[in-house]
Order: sequence, then C-alpha cells, then structure tokens
Amino acid sequence: MASDLTERLDEFSVVGKPLIKPDAFAKVSGQTKFADDLALPRMLFGRILRSPHPHARILHVDIDRARALPGVLAVLTGDDLPVKFGILPVSQDEEALAREKVRYVGDPIAAVAATDEWIADEALDLIEVQYKVLPHVMSIDQAIAGGGESIHGSSNVHKAVALEFGDTDEAMRAAEHVREDVVFFEGNTHLPMEQHAAVAQYAADGKLTLWTSSQTPHYVHRALGKVLELPMSRIRVIATPNGGGFGGKSDIFSHELVAAKLAIVTGRPVKITLTREEVFYAHRGRHPVLMKVRTGFTKAGRIRAMQFQSFLDGGGYGSYGVASTYYTGALQATTYAIPRYRFEGVRLFTNKPPCGPKRGHGTPQPRFALETHFDKVADELGIDPVELRLRNLPSPDSRTVNWLRITSCGLVDCIHKVVEGSRFLERRTSMPPGRGLGFAVSSYLSGAGTAIYWNDMPHSEVQLKLDRNGGVALLCGAIDIGQGSDHILAAIVAEVLGVALDDIQLTTADTDLTPIDLGSYSSRVTFMAGNAAKAAAEKVRDRLLTAAARALRCDPDDLVARDRRIYRRTRPEDGLSFAQAVQLAETDGGVVTSTGSYTPPKLAGPYKGSGVGPSPAYSYSAAVVEVDCDQKTGEVRVPEVWIAHDIGRAINPMLVIGQVEGSVYMALGEALMEEQTFRLGLHKFPSLLEYKSPTALEAPVMHTYLVETIDREGPFGAKEAGQGPLLPVIPAVANAVYNALGIRIDEVPITPDKVLKALSEKTKRVGPKSVPTFQFPPLIKADVPEEWKGK
Amino acid sequence: MVPPYKTLLEVLREDLGLTGTKHGCELGECSTCGVLVDGKPFLSCLAMPLDLEGREITTIEGMAAGSAPHPLQVAFAELGAAQCGYCTPAMLLTARALLDRDPHPSRDAIKEALAGILCRCTGYLKIFEAVELAADRAN
Repeated sequence: MASDLTERLDEFSVVGKPLIKPDAFAKVSGQTKFADDLALPRMLFGRILRSPHPHARILHVDIDRARALPGVLAVLTGDDLPVKFGILPVSQDEEALAREKVRYVGDPIAAVAATDEWIADEALDLIEVQYKVLPHVMSIDQAIAGGGESIHGSSNVHKAVALEFGDTDEAMRAAEHVREDVVFFEGNTHLPMEQHAAVAQYAADGKLTLWTSSQTPHYVHRALGKVLELPMSRIRVIATPNGGGFGGKSDIFSHELVAAKLAIVTGRPVKITLTREEVFYAHRGRHPVLMKVRTGFTKAGRIRAMQFQSFLDGGGYGSYGVASTYYTGALQATTYAIPRYRFEGVRLFTNKPPCGPKRGHGTPQPRFALETHFDKVADELGIDPVELRLRNLPSPDSRTVNWLRITSCGLVDCIHKVVEGSRFLERRTSMPPGRGLGFAVSSYLSGAGTAIYWNDMPHSEVQLKLDRNGGVALLCGAIDIGQGSDHILAAIVAEVLGVALDDIQLTTADTDLTPIDLGSYSSRVTFMAGNAAKAAAEKVRDRLLTAAARALRCDPDDLVARDRRIYRRTRPEDGLSFAQAVQLAETDGGVVTSTGSYTPPKLAGPYKGSGVGPSPAYSYSAAVVEVDCDQKTGEVRVPEVWIAHDIGRAINPMLVIGQVEGSVYMALGEALMEEQTFRLGLHKFPSLLEYKSPTALEAPVMHTYLVETIDREGPFGAKEAGQGPLLPVIPAVANAVYNALGIRIDEVPITPDKVLKALSEKTKRVGPKSVPTFQFPPLIKADVPEEWKGK
Repeated sequence: MVPPYKTLLEVLREDLGLTGTKHGCELGECSTCGVLVDGKPFLSCLAMPLDLEGREITTIEGMAAGSAPHPLQVAFAELGAAQCGYCTPAMLLTARALLDRDPHPSRDAIKEALAGILCRCTGYLKIFEAVELAADRAN
C-alpha cells in the first residue's frame, strides 16, 4: 500500500488528464455571463453611425435633430474623442469617431445613447453628414499605383520591410534547381458567434468601469486612459468570457471607447452591442496577401536559399499590421532549415475594414505559398513530398538563419504520424477518380517574445491566496476565450499544490484585481501565464512544506503535496492535511499568499525588425488531407483529415484536441469557402448566411495525434495548441486537389468556380501570374548566426 | 406587458432575464438563439411572442432538473464540447429535441439535426461525440 502511494506521488495527478474544465458547467447551463448578458439599473443603449462611403472627407455632421429626439441622452461626434489611438505604438492612426475623413464602409462617425435601442436607431437616422466622396482604393495594385488622395499621409504604403540574411543571390546562383511561384490568399474574418459588446459605468466617485468581450483587457485599459485622458487608476476594465475570439477581439474598438465616453457624459451605464453586420466592419481579420516565393535547391532537394516577397492588403487602418507584415516573413525559417534568406514585405492601405490578427496571424498565407511551392518542387526533382520536407527540417536546440531560437521540435514525429496514419505514400498514387491526398507541415509561436509596447516587465503574472480551509484563490489577468485558459491556470496550480481543481477559485481579467497578463493572443497564455502560475504555486508550496516540516520534525525535502495532504515520502502514513499546512504557515508568517511572473528570455537577433518572430518555443504540426472533388460542379469535399501537433506536453489532452480540431475546422473554412470580398467599395456579404462557413454537415473524420516533446522552458513542458494546427491544413487541401485533379489552385479559397476554370485551362492552373512592381526599401543585411556561416 | 414589437429572443433576454439564450445575428442565420417550442427547435430571434400564446417554451435554463444537469449537459462538459459556450445552449436544446424523437441517432442524423447551428470553436466533432455519449448512457 505504502509503496503504491510512494510510486503515485511521483506521477502527475492533474497534468495530462482529460479533466472537466472549471467553467464547463457554467457554459452548459447558460450561466456564463457574456458582455451582452449584463444589464445595469438605468442602463442606456448606444448605437454607432457608420460611413456609407469607402473613402470620403467629412464636411459637416449635424446632430441637432438626433439630440432633440425624446429618449436620446447624448450624441457624440469625433470632436468629443479627439485623441488618436491604435494597438501598436507605431500605428496610432485611429479615432473613436472619425473627424475629417472616413476610410472604409463602416468607419464610425457618430454615436448616440438612448433609453432603448429603437430610439437609438431612430436617432442615427436623424444625424446628417455631408461628405465629399473620394476615389477609393480596393486592391493591392490600386494602392501601389496611387493616383487619388492617399488614405493616410502621402502614400498608401503603411509599412515596407526588406531583410536579408546572407547573400541569397550568390546562393541562388549556386543552386542546382530554382523555382519561383506567385500565389494569393484572399482575406477572411474570424466570425466569432458572439458579437462584440461592451458595458460602461461611470460612478459618482469618478471611477469608470468597462466590461467588454475583449481578448486584451490590458491594452484596452491603456487605450481608455489615453483617449479619455483619464489616469488608468480611475479606470477598471473587466474582460467578460469571450464567445469566441480567434484574434477578432484583440484590438481596441470604437464601441469600447464610445460606450465609456457616453457613460461619462450621461452619468448612466451604457451598453453597446455590435450587430452582426458591424462585426464584419470591425474585422481585424486575415490579410489578403499576394506572395512570390523563390527557392534554390540542390539536386538532392536541400534548400540553398529562399527569397520571399509579400504584399498585404491592410484595409483602412494600421491595427497590428506592422507585426502582420513581419509575420509573413518570420516563420519560414523555423519550419525549414534555410541557409540564406531574403524577405521583402509591404502592407498597403486600402478602403476596406482594417485587417489584423486572425488565428495564425500573418503565417497561414506564407504557409500556403511555401507548402504548395514545395509540392511542385518535389514533383520536379522526382522526390516524394514527404522526403523533400524531411531533408530540410530544422533541428531541436538550434538557431535559424534569421536568429530565431528553436528549443524542442517534434516535426519529424508529426510527419511520421500523419503519413503512416493516412498511408499517404502508398495511397496517393492510386486514388480513385476525383480523390486526392495532400500533405503539408508548419510551425508556430508559443507567445510573442516581445510585448506590444516596449517594456522590460513580465508578460504574465499570477497571484495566489490560500485560505484556512485549504481553498486557493488564483488571480490572473488572462481571459478565457473558449480555449480553456482558466483550466490551464487551475490545473497547473492544483498539480503543484496537490489539491483538486475544485479547490481553486479563479478571478481573471479584471484590471483592478488581477496582476497583468498581456492577453489571449499570440498563443501565449498556456506558456506564459502557465509559467507564472507554476512559479507562484511553487513558492507558496515551499512555504507550506517548510511549515509542515517543522511540525512533523522532518526535512522539507522529504515532503510532497498531494491528495489535499502533505505526505512524507519516506513514511507516507505520516503527514498533515493541506488545510492544516496552510494554518501552520499562516500562524508562522501571516497571510499565505504568493506571486509568480513570467518574462520571456531576450531572444531578438541583432538587426532592425528582429522583434517579430522570436518566441520562447515553437510548436510544430503536420497534416494530411483527403479530398473528394466533383469534376462537374467543381465542388471539393473533405472526408478525412490526419493532423499531428507537437504540443510539448498536453496539460489537458482533451482541451488540446479540442483546439486542434477547431483549428482544422477553421482552416477548412478558409481553404474552401470563407472570403471577405468587396464590390464598389461594399462588403459583398456581411452576414452569416452569405459569408459561407462550414456547418456540422461539412465536418470531416479527423485523426488527431499529439506529439509530446516536453519543452524545457514550457510549464511542465507545454507549448501552444490554439493556432499552429490551422497552418498546414490549407496548403494540404490545395496539394490534395492537385493530387486528385492535376490542377493547381494557387489562390485561397479553392471555390468551385476556380476548380472548373482550372480544369478548362491549358495550364491547369488558376492563380496570380506576377506581383506588381514595387520599390522595396534597401535591404537590411543582417549578420548570419555563427552556425550558418560558410553553409 | 410585453411590447408587441419585441421578438421572443428579446422578451426572454430583456424582460424575463433568461440570458442563457444567445444571439449571433438576429436574422435567423446562425441558430444561436434556438429554443424549444412544444419540444421542437425554434429560432427565438424570428418568433413573435404573440404568435406563441399557449405554447410551451423551453430555454437552457429549463434543461436541468433543479440543480441536476441533464445527461446531455454532463456529456458536453465531460467531453469538452463547449469551448466558448456561446452556441452551446442552442446545441444542447436541439440535441435534446433530437434524442426525444430518436433515442439512438446515427452520426448522420446528429449532423443533420445540428447543421443549422454554427459553432466556430469545436469543429463540431466533440459535440457529435457528446450527443452520442448521452444517448448511450440513456440506454
């Protein structure tokens, strides 16, 4: 008995187990309070007037009739909120309500607060705006060509970058096989089922509280302080559980600032919930990106050099766009060992809703380019597509040519799992008519190594407070957006303290109460908040063990916290309850509390622009997709998917598989149907009916394989799961369509019209032929890390 | 008295405080607002209360027996079928209507029954598995 116990004490009790997450029962009972579920006494309803023009000067806004409408308590225009803001310090180009100019259909202009939504809507109709309509810019080509008035400043170029690591031209000349491809990835949007909502309250003591469905309450807090010109200590931001985010709620939004201002002006609580149409205008989703990739190989299929160009269609404002631009170039070298690399990228302003981060932020587009490109190269070299990848993988514990540090890398295992599971190599040459198999690989960040605003402080912090009965209060700024971050925090603390998940009480994402977490973006929460939680729990556990050791007259090293007890390893029948240990510690030293913080190591390389790309660890994924194509209708169906993901360690495998399956689903939507396109400056389909996304009927059979590499810096070895598994699926679909029909659709999404067109073309291809002429800035020639010199 | 121009969704959420019923479009496109009317799935955003006099309306708040969750709710929690939880009330009620008329549904029947409700988190698989688990346990 005692020896069984001793053995069990060395195993995990919570980590690695498919346990029910702490918020599960609230969610299945409908008790979870989302932002729009909140109602406060005397609450008013806010609505926002939006531009009907894609590009226009605002000549005059007349709000007199709206203000006179009974039931209307306030009307705001841009002059009421004149301070500009933006999520990145380098792109402070937005106004809560546009003052001089509108830049896309849906750009906010004015706002009202009224006693009900119908009156608020009526009031919007009474606001008269005079515009001078300007020519609008709706494509990358138009934006580069210029001509009319620029959208911002003196040109439509938002950001242009050019980096080179080693002499790629020289390496390209030495290569035995060079191929160039041009592909396009159309933009699409997050489509969370919950529309964004915010409730603001301004109390008599001059304190503002904002409840908002935000992935980034800390950044909203900062923006409110700036725009409202209030000290941050007078502002409290509480993020409500997000009804889906996917990156779409990680920016600062007009309605958050406007609700706050309306609450201040009226002295009454104000709620603004976006309509579904408005969510399409809020956007910040996937950038349309045109790409040119050129790679030189040896005859044996080893990469000598790569030159990559990306052209991003950014929409009307900066948002995260500078980071997005760099991300289209950063992770090529974490997926493949590339000895010489050049990246040129440009983001253009267009008169569309602003683009920003969507699941995979800036990396699904280049992944599509690279993985279809590699498939074509494999054909030309007569090497099978799996073998071509295997010859070019990065090593664990290595550094890329663009200075990104790789720790664990399980890509080889991921590849073997999906290739063997699907019998890819045996089956792909003998598929029935219309059927095909495609393969692709990818890598992703476990959190950005640098914060959005420059500072040296921790990225994530956790505070614990233990009560005399053994309960554990856990406070952290992280917000659960459905990915299960509440569970990860609780599981890590429960594991370290040897208590049950039920013993943990979570308070999250409340800027008055919780220490900082930068937000639920960048796949950072498990890694960073998880490490902070682990550090806090270990500190307080050590204090409990010290107190218990004194009472038990033994060495603290002989003690282990488990089963809500403190055991002696050598005499497990001796020990104390967890609550007794807390009481002893409290008797000794007062309040039993601890904090833990996580600051990522400084990983940026020695060149300008090195801040985007570094991460404390990278996850890896591989996928095989089977397609079933109808040559008459052009329809592509996906009956089966094999996906493997290097998670480092699965803190909760059920939640990890949930993230993987959700990523595959979202990728299939992007690959086959989802697109955000425009006509005459208008969004073609800002509705859930017309913006096509996969339903239950399209759900394929999925085989998910988790590969555990136990990353040395991740909490218990864990890495990310929320974004990486999306990446290989889109190009795997394109490669499968080629395998099935012999056609190349070099343009996402792969819709039936494109399939039919490619089948009828001599080239058997649909896609862009070239990239526009654009003068990139002079190359920043960075040093190559020591290990790549002479290669 | 409820104003006659309000939809069932608005009356449930705003007048009765039953905020477990969600909304994703208020245009009948996403089914997030699904409730049961006389045991059958119904879009509350398109329904007018005046048309429903004398009918029995079940929302997610009425799914548990007191504080004991319905077997479907337990299965959804156990299998991680609710990620963000926003489409979950409509999924659960629709699944309940399915199991009431077909206690042993095939995977295809489950897909068909839930096809109108959009979920952006799960990829639907865990939801299918949870419905199957609840059905298995009932037998």
